[in-house]
Amino acid sequence: MSQPGIDLPVRVEAAPTKRADEIGPSTKTRRPAVPGLRQVAAAVAVPLAALLALAVHAWVPSSGLAQNTRSYPTLLAALLVVGVLSAIPQPLFPRLRSWLRANAPIFAAGTLALCAWELLTIKLGLLPLMYFPPPENVLQTLLDDRRQLFDSTWHSLLLLVLGYAVGTASGLVSGVTIGWSGNVRYWGMPVLKIIGPIPATAWIPMALVVFPQSIAAGVFLIALAVWFPVTMLSASGVSNVRASYLDVARTLGAGRGYLIFKVAVPAAMPSIFIGLFMGLGASFLTLLVAESTGVSSGLGWYIDWARNYSDYNKVFAALVIMAVFFSTVMTLLFKVRDRILVWQKGVIKW
Amino acid sequence: MVSTAPIQTDASSVRARHVKKVFVTPEGSALTALDGVNLSVAAGELICLVGPSGCGKSTLLRLIAGLDRPTAGELLIGREPITEPSADRGLVFQDPNLFPWLTVRRNIEAGLVARHVLREKRDDVEQFIRLVGLESFANAYPHQLSGGMAQRVALARALVNHPRVLLLDEPLGALDAFTRMRMQDEVLHLWEARGTTMLLVTHDIDEAIYMGDRIVLMTPRPGRIDRILDVPLPRPRQRNDPSFLDLRAQILELLHFTGQAVTVVGA
Repeated sequence: MSQPGIDLPVRVEAAPTKRADEIGPSTKTRRPAVPGLRQVAAAVAVPLAALLALAVHAWVPSSGLAQNTRSYPTLLAALLVVGVLSAIPQPLFPRLRSWLRANAPIFAAGTLALCAWELLTIKLGLLPLMYFPPPENVLQTLLDDRRQLFDSTWHSLLLLVLGYAVGTASGLVSGVTIGWSGNVRYWGMPVLKIIGPIPATAWIPMALVVFPQSIAAGVFLIALAVWFPVTMLSASGVSNVRASYLDVARTLGAGRGYLIFKVAVPAAMPSIFIGLFMGLGASFLTLLVAESTGVSSGLGWYIDWARNYSDYNKVFAALVIMAVFFSTVMTLLFKVRDRILVWQKGVIKW
Repeated sequence: MVSTAPIQTDASSVRARHVKKVFVTPEGSALTALDGVNLSVAAGELICLVGPSGCGKSTLLRLIAGLDRPTAGELLIGREPITEPSADRGLVFQDPNLFPWLTVRRNIEAGLVARHVLREKRDDVEQFIRLVGLESFANAYPHQLSGGMAQRVALARALVNHPRVLLLDEPLGALDAFTRMRMQDEVLHLWEARGTTMLLVTHDIDEAIYMGDRIVLMTPRPGRIDRILDVPLPRPRQRNDPSFLDLRAQILELLHFTGQAVTVVGA
């Protein structure tokens, strides 16, 4: 449920990027002559971190048996090369410079995190190797098992998109009707209040009985998880539309269709998007649970299967894929929201 | 208090006969917002409604707009009774109430879209954007506009429907003094150009004298029409003209007198 909240700080951090972009030209005249400390730090952060990680990988002795793979040092070397290549021309390109200044610290920190992960696992042996594989093993597994990982991701994506689409569509219909019509609200709200708070995963036994195919059961469960927050927040958005907007529209000659779809729904959009974000968070959770219980494919199933074989390389590989997959989906929804709610810029800060 | 103006049967005249409006408060008690209101507005006339808060000016405007129904009495536009809101009677509030999700152009188009006539009337939109001087802001969103600009968009949005009657509920109340005087001239200009019947609610006596053909003075609790004054000044009017100032002094005295009379009746 808190997924959108988790992503919020990232949005806040995005703001300084723009500001740095704007002040870039004004500081351009002064900066190249005497590079500021921050600029130098931004330029060397990623290469230094990659060098450190490479050194740790090559020279700190391993405490256990390490997979001898070349993928991890190759990744670090690539980071080093890209870091150096982007640092050299940056005094000449203000845009690259401000991008680096904004993003180099976080990339460097990510590289250092890989290094720390390796130290904690294979190098110093502080975590049990069996359950906490070092980054080189996970990376190698990602490459070796890419076919099955890709296949699992694809199945998860299909299930997620289907379930989310069905849940959003039905949530919008029920939410807007409940929000608009007092009669529907009277009968619908109690149902919503009783059914809604039950976690969608609690319906798994019933869903598996009702739906002949497990895929359909998965779609149903995800849709149910998305339906509740979308309904709740679109209903509250629609019923809280400023009365004066509706009054103005009526004196402009608006009929019911215009009042609902051109006034109430657009006015409720900010609230609807909160529901969409909450629904997305709930859908990730439901997706994984549905896949590991009924549906025999997808990332949730993959993790479950790998755990049964105690193959924690694969568990971690799936976690990495999942992180990328879910955050990409979340970012996509943010992009959609930014486009649809462009009129809100300057009104509400997220 | 029947108006002395000749009763017009023209389609854009407005008449209120013995109008009464009672609101029931959430606690269940009845609140009489308007009682015994008789008013006749001729086609093309500009009437200003003046009075202290709570005298039912806005309520009367909402009744004429068709947003509320009177408890008793009848309201007519031309010869037809007013039963529901219509594009015939445009309404502009003190808050411009622009749709924040639409650009300036789309806001102005709203009435045409609602009536499914945008395709035929697209030229009107451009004309009204020019008329209110917002060509360079046509694609801006409302949050990017100043208060005066937003109110001009609200006026254009109401006028693009070519309403027979334009109801203005303190449309300039939130503007600073200079913008306000400029906007008064703009509204007058629109009124003279289009011949639209206008009812303007205002707190500002100067505004009422500067703009109105007649001034309707209202008193509160319950809201009633106290008297209706003609403004016999030629247009364009001068704000510092002696007869302007005389009328102003007269109205101030009347409002003061009215206040005393209420106290006496109450005692």
